[in-house]
Amino acid sequence: MKILITGISGTLARGVAYRLARRGYEVVGIDRRPWPDVPEGVEMHQADIRKRPAEDVFRISRPDALIHMATVTHFTTTTEERYRINLGGTRKLFEYCHEYGVKQAVFVGRHTVYGATPDSPLYHTEDEPPLAGAAFKELADLVAADLYAGSALWRWPELNTAVLRLCYFLGPSRGGTLAGFLSKSRVPTVLGFDPLYQLMHEWDAEEAITLAVEKQLRGVFNVAGPSPVPLSVVCSATGKRAVPIPEPLYSSVLGRFGFPYLPEDAVAHVKYPIVIDNTAFVEATGFVPRYSAKQTMEGFRWN
Amino acid sequence: MSLLNDPQVRRNVERLPIEFDDYGYDRFGLSRKALIRAYSPMAYIYRHYLKVTAFGLENVPATGRGLIIPNHSGGLGADAAMILTSLILNDEAPRLGQGMAEYFLTRSPFARPALSKLGHLTGLPEHGEQLLNDERLVLVFPEGARGAGKLYKDRYKLVRFGTGFMRLALKTGTPVIPCAFIGGEESFPQMFHIKWLAKLLNGPFVPVAPQLVLFPLPVACQVYYGPPMHFEGDGSEPDHVIRQYVDEVRHAMERLISTGLDARPRAFMFERMPDSDQEQRR
Repeated sequence: MKILITGISGTLARGVAYRLARRGYEVVGIDRRPWPDVPEGVEMHQADIRKRPAEDVFRISRPDALIHMATVTHFTTTTEERYRINLGGTRKLFEYCHEYGVKQAVFVGRHTVYGATPDSPLYHTEDEPPLAGAAFKELADLVAADLYAGSALWRWPELNTAVLRLCYFLGPSRGGTLAGFLSKSRVPTVLGFDPLYQLMHEWDAEEAITLAVEKQLRGVFNVAGPSPVPLSVVCSATGKRAVPIPEPLYSSVLGRFGFPYLPEDAVAHVKYPIVIDNTAFVEATGFVPRYSAKQTMEGFRWN
Repeated sequence: MSLLNDPQVRRNVERLPIEFDDYGYDRFGLSRKALIRAYSPMAYIYRHYLKVTAFGLENVPATGRGLIIPNHSGGLGADAAMILTSLILNDEAPRLGQGMAEYFLTRSPFARPALSKLGHLTGLPEHGEQLLNDERLVLVFPEGARGAGKLYKDRYKLVRFGTGFMRLALKTGTPVIPCAFIGGEESFPQMFHIKWLAKLLNGPFVPVAPQLVLFPLPVACQVYYGPPMHFEGDGSEPDHVIRQYVDEVRHAMERLISTGLDARPRAFMFERMPDSDQEQRR
């Protein structure tokens, strides 16, 4: 079986590529960024998913499955460009899948699409609408991409589509949204709030994505590992100092005084929890995380 | 023994049928440490200030889901605190009652994490369902804030009941344990409410009692638990069926309340309820 991974040079995608190659799958990758030491058994194309060379990969390599991980966040990219890559790119890829007879597509999205509000329940299920776009404009493009990917389920029923909403992950690559938030020695928290954070080990996240392809998953699935822990525990277990900041001052300290940069709307995600229910995914794949929250956070602290 | 680390509270919190992780939190953000710290002073008030006696604790399931449905009184939430404390201090089978918190509290800094660390989540039906499906004990005041704000002249009269708790019980197959809290109305006899201040604070009401401070008088209180009631259904029943079930619970609560009121030698009783009266329940 031949599997195409878009955004293969990303931290999580490389791990997925290794896993699949080791299990004997043929892996083809597309990314704008280079991957210099690409392992044996992985065929790498340096291309943009919205451009002609990407379509050529579909036409010439004829992959059986697609893992779409070429999405970008506000940390690296401007709004306009984000819409072009996340929404435009996703649309293109699903069209190629349809056109070139791909049987399985896995869209790797984020659990933050549910949004963080004071009145939203814990343990979001997949039937709840992703509401993040309303309060957090830097996530609106990812919400749209998530919904667009989901629409492939009725648009092209012959294509087995799985939309994964992955919780935060931490691991030795030190990549990902949460790792960025914990990148400095001091972590800005909001005074008087201590939300639950749901995180899993990077390697468990890679395994979950791999399982989604192997089990030919169809539908929308929340992917999470161990039980959530409060942000204060995340900070102390990863060896960071949580610095509570009164809310009115919060946005003005971001990116200064040794704090990481965050968009203004992100403050809701530091005040309120986003916790997802992964029952459906576990039932469909038999996924069992190998690492506890404690192992994940302490591993992140020491490597 | 200290006011923040009561040995009985500590012992019983360790015995709760709840799974805690490596850091002492459960999957809803409940903290074992916060429980001990909050229930220890409550236990002191329970034993020595409000001198609470609990009757019928054997009606509370030792494990598994349950809905505790008490009357609301006293304006300050002391009734909720004492009912919850009676469940924790039950040495036979300590349980944690988890309440559904007011929206305005779960939006406020400090109140929100404090409540969630004690297991009281935002008052959403989804939360009730999640907790019951996780075999927890959930406390619901079917009268809502209206009930807590009863004036002294209306003491122990149940106001209109919500029906949400009954649909929740049916949907999750949960037994309903009717409960009566006696003494709340005397410990904080509400004369009137300051409406403009409530509006200003964005809260439900601001009560005024003769003691003028927002703290209960040391009137002895009692908690009565009735036998669990089981209802047939799945929560999709038409309103008149639900109403009928709710009225059954309401009658059970009224019976418990009148038993409790009759059992007291007098209303403003400042010493603990005599033990021999234990036999009077139901």
